Amino acid sequence: MRDILGLVAKRLGLGLVTLLVVSVLIFFAVELLPGDIAQAVLGQMATEETLARLREELGLGRPAIVRYFDWLAGAVTGDFGTSLIDGEPVTAKITDRFVSTLFLAAYAAVIAVPFAITLGIIVALLRNSIFDRVANVVTLTSISSPEFFLGYILILYLAVKWSMFPAIASISSGMTLLELLERTFLPALTLVLVVTAHMMRMTRAAIINLLASPYIEMARLKGAPPWKVIVKHALPNAWAPIINVVALNLAYLVTGVVLVEVVFVYPGIGQLLVDAVAKRDFPIVQACCLIFAATFILLNLAADVGAILTNPRLRHPK
Amino acid sequence: MNKPQSKSVLLEIRGLKIDGYSDETWVPIIKGVDLTLRRGEVLGLIGESGAGKSTIGAAAMGYARDGTRISEGSIEFDGMELTTATSAEKRALRGSRIAYVAQSAAASFNPAHKLIDQHTEAPLHYRIKKRMEAQEDAMELYERLRLPSPREIGFRYPHQVSGGQLQRAMTAMAMSCRPDLIIFDEPTTALDVTTQIEVLAAVRDIVDQFNTAAIYITHDLAVVAQMADAIKVLLKGEEVEHAPTEKMLDAPEEEYTKSLWAVRSFKRPQKSRPEDDSKPVISVQGVDAAYTGGAKVLDDVSFDIYPGMTVAVVGESGSGKSTAARVITGLLPPMKGEVLCRGAALPPRYQDRTREQLRQAQMIYQMADTALNPKSRISDIIGRPAQFYSGLKGPMLKQRVDELLDLIELDPANFYNRFPPELSGGQKQRIGIARALAAEPEFIICDEVTSALDQLVAEGILKLLDRLQRELGLAYMFITHDLATVRSIADEVVVMQNGRVVEQGAKEEMFTPPHHPYTDLLLSSVPEMDPNWLTTLLEERGVDNIGEAARV
Repeated sequence: MRDILGLVAKRLGLGLVTLLVVSVLIFFAVELLPGDIAQAVLGQMATEETLARLREELGLGRPAIVRYFDWLAGAVTGDFGTSLIDGEPVTAKITDRFVSTLFLAAYAAVIAVPFAITLGIIVALLRNSIFDRVANVVTLTSISSPEFFLGYILILYLAVKWSMFPAIASISSGMTLLELLERTFLPALTLVLVVTAHMMRMTRAAIINLLASPYIEMARLKGAPPWKVIVKHALPNAWAPIINVVALNLAYLVTGVVLVEVVFVYPGIGQLLVDAVAKRDFPIVQACCLIFAATFILLNLAADVGAILTNPRLRHPK
Repeated sequence: MNKPQSKSVLLEIRGLKIDGYSDETWVPIIKGVDLTLRRGEVLGLIGESGAGKSTIGAAAMGYARDGTRISEGSIEFDGMELTTATSAEKRALRGSRIAYVAQSAAASFNPAHKLIDQHTEAPLHYRIKKRMEAQEDAMELYERLRLPSPREIGFRYPHQVSGGQLQRAMTAMAMSCRPDLIIFDEPTTALDVTTQIEVLAAVRDIVDQFNTAAIYITHDLAVVAQMADAIKVLLKGEEVEHAPTEKMLDAPEEEYTKSLWAVRSFKRPQKSRPEDDSKPVISVQGVDAAYTGGAKVLDDVSFDIYPGMTVAVVGESGSGKSTAARVITGLLPPMKGEVLCRGAALPPRYQDRTREQLRQAQMIYQMADTALNPKSRISDIIGRPAQFYSGLKGPMLKQRVDELLDLIELDPANFYNRFPPELSGGQKQRIGIARALAAEPEFIICDEVTSALDQLVAEGILKLLDRLQRELGLAYMFITHDLATVRSIADEVVVMQNGRVVEQGAKEEMFTPPHHPYTDLLLSSVPEMDPNWLTTLLEERGVDNIGEAARV
């Protein structure tokens, strides 16, 4: 156990270093964008005078490196500065949006992860059967279609034709959980369709990969029925690759959902980011990117720890 | 051991044919084998790899491995025809009435579960016992098989238990439902001789005490002689000979069987160190070594290898034999001590050695399969070192490769352009030898070069190495755990244990008492053809003093 804590501490440290490097990249990438920030904010009609005043206000005259450390110092304390457009604090603006995104991601994950893994186990059990092929074709089709297309198809049938769920996922703070779940069902379902194939296929592959192992043959020769061979003897040894793919997909659910949010007009962080890029609201862009990077790093760390916890060699050293 | 023939028949196999799937067609791998096994009887199945021993063993459980199918014949187990039984019916037999003990217990125990949970799986599944009862029974079996701390060992994971203990735990697991028949598939092949004994003793105990019938599969004649009432010799999927053990050992009838027996008779005269003051070609002096961050693996190891001589380095796995080879080749720089070549110190790291120094220490590996690049042509595999060390090019290089192929008795025209996967195990090992010879070394390290090969093929390799030594004046460091090989080819022997040299000297002295106690343990643990060898040995040592318990 102590080894694992040590390892987590080490990985967290490395994650922080990565985050620092990413913060440098984000800040200076935004700096490198062509054009003048003041010009972009104020538009073509701005006079030379107002432009100069805004530059002064934003402190753009100072060297970039100084502004980076200013920004970093703020970010560490949770203060990402103020929006260039409306002057509101970035942190407050982002928090709500990020919570909404996390809610949608969790909703999709709670359905998709158990569903994908169970399906993966079943197709491994019935490998090369008709069911296996159908499941593969269907999930591959859904992963190969652009998510906005899937979203519109779902809207067309489940919302417009059959009126089962609302087409627009507009939410407000006063809603009950049940209402929230109903309103966001279609975007969540879209995301489930997008991420299931990857996790299911990895579960299937990781299990089938182990079926040639001597201990699987031993289990069969002990008279274990096929489902037990898979669930009890293969699956516990297949977790590491599965967990990694799950983490990758969870990260996607947080950071890659812009299109789905746009389709369903869902007020998530992805939409905020796209708007901010369009309007050159750089403090928001920087904050969103940093949050995405942190999400990736944390989920990968969780995957590593999960892989260790499921490996008896590491859990029970000699 | 001699049981009356009147016992009822348990397993009856008639005209069994099994096909294997290869190159998109079904080819016969078992071509009509008959087998009769009575209750409480032990049948030994022996033969080279590819003879179909394991396939027959699995078929006795009605099981066809992936890529094989039972195409013809009948398998009748206690009145039930397995070839026509449904998979559910066959499954109901496995684990409960027929059990299986695999070659590598380390690979055949599931790494994710505790030993005792794997042990109790079958009895719980068949509802023969309740969990507590089954666990209690497991502990009793562990005790009977003389596993250390039998009440706790079951709660460990497979990786926390040694190889010999795992193999015994697997035998215990096979007994969990008190089956009528156990298939032992090479249960001791992967073990050291000292560990092998404890497993052999355990297997025999179980078979005797519970009157279980068994099929014992092995390629080691001396082992099967200890275990079986009758022996069946197989060759390429066909029966060669079947007879009661003693008759089979004393008077084998078929030529093939006789040739198996004859392997153990190859022996070449022992050479002694040169009389003049020539320096040893390799001298290891006071070497300590460890892998990064690990404990010391070699502790003050010293030995000399004189030109033209074969020095066998023997010891169990983990004794430091291969590590010593890595130090000599410069792959692992020693912490202390040095390696001399003809009196001159070699730089510790191979990166610092000159081409001339590198040439002196060539290696031949245990697994020719993994030591040869499957995507390189034979001409490139042998040609590269010839080019690197001797600077040969064009027609000169081709001529040299042809010469080398001639030396290892492979026809150049036939092999020059082929790839390793097209070759048999013995041929691959010969290519490994040619690659080492291409550097024109004076000294070659042979790391367990015959242990992955069948006996007849291994003998061919040993004879080749012997001929090359005489013709080219090579010195060999011969790493092995097989003392029969040592007997046949070594001039001097170095015995290693736990990273130390416990005894060394000329072979004749080493094989003549008095020995160092550890050498004695190693020597007396090598199975002999005498069917009473194990019984006698156990009486001498006492049942609680075998295997690991006998360690000094």
